[in-house]
Amino acid sequence: MTTDLQMDQPDKVTPLLQLSHVSISAKKMPSRLLVNDVSFTIDSGKTTCVVGESGSGKSLTALSVMGLLSKQLQLNSGKVLFNDANLGVQDLTVLSEASLQKLRGAKIAMIFQEPMTSLNPVLTVGYQIGESLTTHLGLKGSALKTRIANLLEMVGIPPGRANSYPDELSGGQRQRVMIAMSIACEPSLLIADEPTTALDVTVQAQILKLLDDLKTRMNMGMLFITHDFGVVADIADHVVVMFRGEIVESGTKAQVLSNPRHPYTQALLACVPDAEGKKALKPIDYAWLPENKARQQKLEVTV
Amino acid sequence: MSDLILVANKLVKTYTQRSGKFGFGTTFVKALDNVSITLRTGTTLAVVGESGSGKSTLARCLLQLQPLDSGEVLFAGQDLAKMQASALRAIRKNLQMVFQDPFASLNPRMRIGEIVGEGLLIHGLGSMTEQQQKVIAMLKRVGLTEADMQKYPHEFSGGQRQRIGIARALVLQPKVVVCDEPVSALDVSIQAQILLLLKELQQEMALSYIFISHDLRVVRHIADDIVVLYQGKVVEQGKVAGIYERPQHEYTQNLLAAIPGKEYNLGKKVVNA
Repeated sequence: MTTDLQMDQPDKVTPLLQLSHVSISAKKMPSRLLVNDVSFTIDSGKTTCVVGESGSGKSLTALSVMGLLSKQLQLNSGKVLFNDANLGVQDLTVLSEASLQKLRGAKIAMIFQEPMTSLNPVLTVGYQIGESLTTHLGLKGSALKTRIANLLEMVGIPPGRANSYPDELSGGQRQRVMIAMSIACEPSLLIADEPTTALDVTVQAQILKLLDDLKTRMNMGMLFITHDFGVVADIADHVVVMFRGEIVESGTKAQVLSNPRHPYTQALLACVPDAEGKKALKPIDYAWLPENKARQQKLEVTV
Repeated sequence: MSDLILVANKLVKTYTQRSGKFGFGTTFVKALDNVSITLRTGTTLAVVGESGSGKSTLARCLLQLQPLDSGEVLFAGQDLAKMQASALRAIRKNLQMVFQDPFASLNPRMRIGEIVGEGLLIHGLGSMTEQQQKVIAMLKRVGLTEADMQKYPHEFSGGQRQRIGIARALVLQPKVVVCDEPVSALDVSIQAQILLLLKELQQEMALSYIFISHDLRVVRHIADDIVVLYQGKVVEQGKVAGIYERPQHEYTQNLLAAIPGKEYNLGKKVVNA
């Protein structure tokens, strides 16, 4: 195997990932949709940010892409079309668990919010990075060691740290290890679920820059979940705003941030404090923004 | 001097850490290294810095929740650091704290009425019915209802729990409230609600806040003065506007440069409801 990070160029016309009309509910309550008719696309080398409050369904949407919804939940309808360079377009929702296993970690990788809890405390970070390389690419011995050292270097950790345990690293370093793990097999899609929420601002800025660089270098598509519009402004190409399980607005970063059309997006932006301190904070008036009103408006504003 | 409600002079706090082979050696970590701050009456002093900079240690040491190695904390002309435990307990009702994690800081086995009323009970403020009324009034003020007194913490969302934490601290009508990252665990929409609530309560009750945060966007909105901590030392302090416009220390400049989304003037458009 080569350590070169060249990606096969996927088909230009077909998007890397296309969610179409995805709905999710609890098995016990199929009538109440937690994610309702969500559709968006992600292109190679681009970042799509999904923004929303807790409970808006943004994490569920991401988990449904990986086929990792918990047993209490079900996919009511919809397709998740993933464009693989070798296998062509596949609907991830109908794939067998075995085929999904082959994609996870290899073609589609995920970074979680808490770097403290998502690493195994009794295994060295080198071992944890190597796991997917052995499973998916069959790397062993010195080839494996070299690749692990390369990956650590790419994410800005001295390669000698491969023998460290997670508790010996800082929060930022642990998140870098998580990133090294996720990009180990050169995935074409990276899903990042609030990867910087638990970090200090200075570390957050470094991690965002690292993810952005890697995305460009490896031509990855990135699905980035966050509730922080500041982060969106730094990293997104496309923005999808979710409210109570539905997409209320989507568009390019410039459209959504500079010229938000949906009242919910406007209200959410008005909650974000600015660094100049000139803006008066305005909490969302949910009474004024009832669910059905948002739903009606959705039809008008979504492109 | 009269307009300074809390003054801390040359606070030093050192933690020992086991190190070396089998942990037989000890190293000393200076969590607070000659830290001096002043809090003006009725204003908000923000303490900013990254994890490990000593900002939470400072909060705990100001309230004497942790003993200091040296230094003095002057409140109403008295040095809290030298006070007897009983005298300290009496003065504590003037010094309250709002904690970061609304999920961890409320006892899951106590009803909200008990949590909020506990301070009144301990300090013996008023009869039972008076205490009850104070609790109800405070809960209503922070946006909860009388019926919520009978509920347990798990029945509330993160934002509501932070409201309970604020009610618990403010029911004693304190003079100084130390807020340790009160909004960092909350969504932006909830964060805005809590920040506005804290601001309103400050005016109504003439409170002085020490506001600990790592989010400089939040600090800009709530603080009057600011102290930047780095590795246990104060590297910069002054009025908020001055520091944001002309940061002197390299570390402050780095912190300001790391604020996400600066090139976009976020939320320029406001809802016309």
